[in-house]
Amino acid sequence: MLKKELGLLLLILAVGAITGAINPQFLSQVNLMNLANQIGLFGLISIGVGLVIITGGIELSVGSMFALLGIVFLDLLINHEIAWPIALGLTVLGGTALGTVHGLLVTKLKMQPFVVTLCGLLLYRGIARWYTADSTQGFGYGGGYETLEWLMSGRTYGVPHTFMFLVLVAVLMGVVLHRSVYGRYLFAVGKNEEAARYSGIPTKAVITAAYMIAGTLAGLSSVFFVFYTQSVSPSAHGNFYELYAIAAAVLGGCSLRGGEGSIVGIVLGTVLLQVLQNLVNMLGIPSSLNFAVMGAVILLGVLADQQLQRRRQLKLARAGAEARSLARAESAGAAA
Amino acid sequence: MSEILLELRAITKTYPGVTALNGVSLGVRKGEVVGLIGENGAGKSTLMKILGGVVSPTSGSIVIDGVPHAAMSVRQAAQAGIAFVHQELNLFENLDVAANVYIGREPRTGGFLNLVDNAALHRQVKPLLQRLGVDFAPGDLVENLSIAQRQMVEIAKALSMDARVIIMDEPTSSLTLTETDKLLQVIADLKAAGVSVIYISHRLGEVKACADRVVVLRDGRHVGDLAKGEIAHAAMVRLMIGRDLKSIYIPPKAGPREGGVAIEGLVTAAFPEQRVSLHVRRGEILGLAGLIGSGRTTLAQALFGIVPALSGRIALDGRPLAIRSPQDAIREGLYLIPEDRKRSGLLLDMPIAQNITLADLRRCAPAMLVDTGREGEIAEAQRRSLNIKAPSVATDAVTLSGGNQQKVVLAKWLSMRPKLIVFDEPTRGIDVGAKSEIYTLMRDLADNGVAILMISSDMEEVIGVSDRIAVMHEGRVSGFLERPDFSEHNVLTLAVGHAAREEAAAHA
Repeated sequence: MLKKELGLLLLILAVGAITGAINPQFLSQVNLMNLANQIGLFGLISIGVGLVIITGGIELSVGSMFALLGIVFLDLLINHEIAWPIALGLTVLGGTALGTVHGLLVTKLKMQPFVVTLCGLLLYRGIARWYTADSTQGFGYGGGYETLEWLMSGRTYGVPHTFMFLVLVAVLMGVVLHRSVYGRYLFAVGKNEEAARYSGIPTKAVITAAYMIAGTLAGLSSVFFVFYTQSVSPSAHGNFYELYAIAAAVLGGCSLRGGEGSIVGIVLGTVLLQVLQNLVNMLGIPSSLNFAVMGAVILLGVLADQQLQRRRQLKLARAGAEARSLARAESAGAAA
Repeated sequence: MSEILLELRAITKTYPGVTALNGVSLGVRKGEVVGLIGENGAGKSTLMKILGGVVSPTSGSIVIDGVPHAAMSVRQAAQAGIAFVHQELNLFENLDVAANVYIGREPRTGGFLNLVDNAALHRQVKPLLQRLGVDFAPGDLVENLSIAQRQMVEIAKALSMDARVIIMDEPTSSLTLTETDKLLQVIADLKAAGVSVIYISHRLGEVKACADRVVVLRDGRHVGDLAKGEIAHAAMVRLMIGRDLKSIYIPPKAGPREGGVAIEGLVTAAFPEQRVSLHVRRGEILGLAGLIGSGRTTLAQALFGIVPALSGRIALDGRPLAIRSPQDAIREGLYLIPEDRKRSGLLLDMPIAQNITLADLRRCAPAMLVDTGREGEIAEAQRRSLNIKAPSVATDAVTLSGGNQQKVVLAKWLSMRPKLIVFDEPTRGIDVGAKSEIYTLMRDLADNGVAILMISSDMEEVIGVSDRIAVMHEGRVSGFLERPDFSEHNVLTLAVGHAAREEAAAHA
């Protein structure tokens, strides 16, 4: 089980070592802490999207959620001068609500997750642009939310809070996914929804909850991102971020067919993606090649993983044959 | 004696650590029906894969028309006229019958455009379907056909390739009795036309009905041949398992007790105009017979909350139950062992332990966190008591044989407190030895006061295992039989709805 994650970790260390050897700046504290900040920002949403992928679904709307919820947050905080804890709470709950709607559309109305969340992607972006008349929203000269700003974009002992928060959420979700009853149900539903239903698992509730968690994490992330970018331009904010999240989850071992994945894997997938982005800058590769590098690495990574899987399947088949021959030998013994 | 078309000589196949076949020889004459029997894992499938060119033998030779080959490719096998009718049908449901028959060999037209000549295609398929006497047309979509009809499509496909030997692997496992008879008739016609058939089945009655010769495999060895006159049930079973199987009926320790599950006037969406009433008493095994599609599985699903009942009442020990979901049923101790265990019963890629504890995970999860140690103990206890043959409970369910997989599905419920267990086709695709273990388990459960409802299309099983039989016909219960009245004839008469029709005539 852990082999996959270990392989990913080794790959990250190898890529890091090579980059560090070519450009020692890569390993400087400033760069590493910036990297940690990026990992924190993107890791949160990757975990949410990863959960949805484990159910066998997909969540495409998080980038647009960042734009819409970012706008909502700024509007509440700056234009309506609402106290920051309430603005924060409402934004996070907004994410929860959107995720819940996605989950209910998928489970109760039996719509395909791809369609539901693709429509979300279009809808939320469109609403965000219409509401702001396509103009960039910022903090302006507002005040009274310094605590929140420190929480969301500050550092403690040089470590970005975004990264700390990711570690916190990852530990929590790791326990939920790998130790709790809900986590077990999530894997069961992803592997074989029908068998799960026949075992009395409330499959619809389990799936809806996954979208709900993803929405909640997206709501939280959108506040982190607002403080990171300091402004929200509704047509560009968060563009493609859903794909970063999906890529991280897939690199980390989530199967798009559902039923497979781990929190450690998803976090390591995020780390690898961000290291790659950083490497493009560090090695002086034209930044226009950014996406191409990512695409190539994901392609090769998944290819390599598939080869390993095939070897595992072969081993399994062999074990199966042995188990059956054991059973035969035993029943022959019983017969004799 | 007619010419030998095909001969396997001293075929041995070894996989790392396993000898699947050990010096097996088998000859097939023109126009001969060879029954190939053996328990699961006896090597039948491997032997057939070698014939089809999918697997190469480790040693031995395959002689076709007198020419020996060390191994065959799939292409050579097809050229030699060897065709398969698979257990799991390999058809494209989204295409029509004709397209399926000639898939990969479509007549072309339109020159470089390379279009499919649909008119020619249908013209070619029509006579094949006529020859088989089927009731569907070349243009019908396969998804609208029954399993029996799909099988005929496969046979038409084999005929279209000028097959000389057709290998049928468990062809009747999903067929009704009439469909089975139809298939046996088609086999007789094929035989008369000089086509040979290798017939693999666990249903010995059918083998007896159609085979000219029976070849028995056990543990990868060829353990016996039975000539036409020697083909008898007891002889076949003896060779297959190497011992005589006792009569399968195990009488209950005590009679049925009070209480149990009473179904009254249950209506399901599948048969909205029919009302089903029946009572399964604690301590008895009620067999539920009937043709496929007679509403037995729908009844089981309604009982278990998979498909909601439109109206009617279900009561446990006289107390009415509201069952709207499997959770409701499970809470009341009503459990279902589903028909298709791979699809609905198991998480194949997950360990045995996780499969066993799935329905009752909270028990090994204090504070909602799964205690894997406790989970392992519960699973291990079940593995021992049910004699599940696996290296450990950490083994994935996919690696187990059918019988052991079924035991895992059963283990899931046995660690809880069952009041009623519905077994839907409990031994389909399971070998003889594991079958009798499952029957013993069912009887033990009944003796412990559990009500057992056993849906089965296997006549031997219905008659051999049940204490009482309810027969369904087109969505309703057409009659009940007590043990003294058990016979294939009586069950069948009710299953095709005869008794009811006579009753109606009497009323008129």
